[in-house]
Amino acid sequence: MMEAKQCQGCQQMRDPRYEQLDELIKSYQDKKGALVPLLHEAQEIFGYLPEEVQRRVADGLGIPLSEVYGVATFYSLFSLKPRGKHKIGVCLGTACYVRGAGAILAELEKQLGIRVNDTTADGKFTLEITRCIGACGLSPVMTVDEDVFGRLTPEKIKEILARY
Amino acid sequence: MIKLTIDGVTVAVPEGTDVLAAAKAAGIRIPTLCYMEKYNEIGACRLCLVEVKGMRGLLAACTLQASDGMEVYTNTPAVREARRTNLELLLSDHPQDCLICVRNGQCELQSLAEEMGIRRQRFEGEKSAYPLDHSTLSIMRDPNKCVLCRRCVAVCKQVQGVGVLGAVERGFDTIVAPEGGCLLHDVACVLCGQCVMVCPTGALAEVDNTEEVFAALNDKSKHVIVQTAPAVRVAIGEEFGYPPGTIVTGKMVSALRRLGFQAVFDTDFAADLTIWEEANELLERLNNGGTLPMITSCSPGWIKFIEHYYPDLIEHLSTCKSPQQMLGALAKTYYAEKIGVSPEDIFLVSVMPCTAKKFERARPEMVGESGLPDVDIVLTTRELARMIKVAGIDLPQLPDSDFDSPLGLSTGAGVIFGATGGVMEAALRTAYEWVSGEALTNVELEAVRGLSGVKEAEVKLPGTDITLRVAVAHGLANARQLLDKIRTGKADYHFIEIMACPGGCISGGGQPRPADVNEFNALREQRIKGVYRADRDLPLRKSHENPAVKELYDTYLGEIGGERAHHLLHTNYTVRGKYLRTIRQH
Repeated sequence: MMEAKQCQGCQQMRDPRYEQLDELIKSYQDKKGALVPLLHEAQEIFGYLPEEVQRRVADGLGIPLSEVYGVATFYSLFSLKPRGKHKIGVCLGTACYVRGAGAILAELEKQLGIRVNDTTADGKFTLEITRCIGACGLSPVMTVDEDVFGRLTPEKIKEILARY
Repeated sequence: MIKLTIDGVTVAVPEGTDVLAAAKAAGIRIPTLCYMEKYNEIGACRLCLVEVKGMRGLLAACTLQASDGMEVYTNTPAVREARRTNLELLLSDHPQDCLICVRNGQCELQSLAEEMGIRRQRFEGEKSAYPLDHSTLSIMRDPNKCVLCRRCVAVCKQVQGVGVLGAVERGFDTIVAPEGGCLLHDVACVLCGQCVMVCPTGALAEVDNTEEVFAALNDKSKHVIVQTAPAVRVAIGEEFGYPPGTIVTGKMVSALRRLGFQAVFDTDFAADLTIWEEANELLERLNNGGTLPMITSCSPGWIKFIEHYYPDLIEHLSTCKSPQQMLGALAKTYYAEKIGVSPEDIFLVSVMPCTAKKFERARPEMVGESGLPDVDIVLTTRELARMIKVAGIDLPQLPDSDFDSPLGLSTGAGVIFGATGGVMEAALRTAYEWVSGEALTNVELEAVRGLSGVKEAEVKLPGTDITLRVAVAHGLANARQLLDKIRTGKADYHFIEIMACPGGCISGGGQPRPADVNEFNALREQRIKGVYRADRDLPLRKSHENPAVKELYDTYLGEIGGERAHHLLHTNYTVRGKYLRTIRQH
């Protein structure tokens, strides 16, 4: 079956984010230790680090793509996949874990139809695991962006998701 | 100078020396695995741990600077236990198939396990399970055998200026791989095999084609012949106990006959032929305003490099095929006609110091008029050594014998193709005499010899107003310096020689590995000495004096640079670019 293919180059030329990225790369050229902060800012522009961004960073800094890719996969802060509008974090710290965080996570996976580290097809939610967020008194807890939800049971999940 | 004591031995070293080097100076051996002087001093393997009085914990000697009055202990119970445990942890995620591994008996991990007296497997845990990478014709990757020392990463990026290998992911999931965890075939790898040369284990090796060659030798319907590159003769002896640089040409030829090859040819003959064509091409470009500087085209890793990374400079390349391919083209035409055998029935094996030659052989440009590839199979020096051993041939006991005609006679200029600067020197020996008409008395051009990264020379051609400005680079990071100069219009050279591997073909990716990567340059120098000794030992030292090449032109090719020569001996190149495909996302 034929698949319609869009010309990536033209798309990118129209995409002002790439102009922003190129400016950013210029500002980091000739600076030592530029890669991590540059990737960080690039991710703020794009929400993640698509391959084209990694290539431009590599070419701009004069380093191999393998090095950029290595750093991008080393730090969990960086994502190579598009992320959803809202980021859900399920705490799997010790307290939450013993108080049933596993069931919360399973319910979220079921309701969203995705696995951990994936994003829903509509781009709304990304599901992630966090370590202890320091709210053990409310365990088990999850976060949606900056909001914290505590004393969770699987039954509460549907209603929480509906708020976003 | 600062003074410190190591295990009670006082030693004085310059400031800035690391403890590992200081211990060496004191005659104390500290085991290392990841350490590669200058290129990979990262303290990753934790096998060089030492104890230092007044400092907490154990420290990696390779990254610890020696200081005045320091007291270092390298052989305490704590040190021994920690090194041993670290090695055992490495082994716990390493396949235990040493007996059937390509590095059996030549593996640094195996040697360390022996040295540290490890006799049991204390840790059982999760094991990595990655598919093997058989995507290229040259290099095989087995990530399961990788100990994450990153020596290959360092060589690929820093020595070769390529950088297609890197560490991907983190923790237990870390793997050394091309970006995106791709296959080597999917990235702009030049297949030089320098990663293979520094890999301590069986994680990186040449693709093994020995079985195909044994099968061909068994096929009575085939006329199976072989050619050997200049650099093989000064290195293959190492696999049979000779010191590096020993010239074993005669015994190697005898061994090849015993293996069953019906004719044994010398790539050096084709190297001489290359000089006829290449010197002629250079003079034509000089006279007719062709693209300068002209750059040599013998090294297939270098060719792949320019096609990926400097495709805009391709017109600077000489159009001459490499000697291996020239010999192949002639074997299936000139030689086939001479002996009255149909080209389809000729099976030509090349023995090369090179992994990239396996790729070059299969290039679509390297197929002759008859639709047959010029060369059928390429073996590395290491593979030939294995075949000789498998066949039970005792190489040191063999008598010497000579290459066969008509593709076997060569001059000293052909043999020096094996070392950095050699192609340049050989070309100049000929260009000098062709242009000036005067005899060149001192044929040895010291300025282009040796291991400095970029070498330059000027040669005045007497009787003309031409002063040839030439440059030589080996190791692709060094080549980049010259290429960037050309790009910015700052290179006023006429002729440049580039070989992909540091030192030239003598330490190509298919040669016997160094026993100690930190003594690699000493090994290179010994092999280079062997090459120049072989040159001095030959009665003829200028390619244009090779009577067999002259006969070839007189009876078959016609004019130098003429139509037939162009047809058989020249080629063209492919623009490849740096990024080949979209990387696979994890």
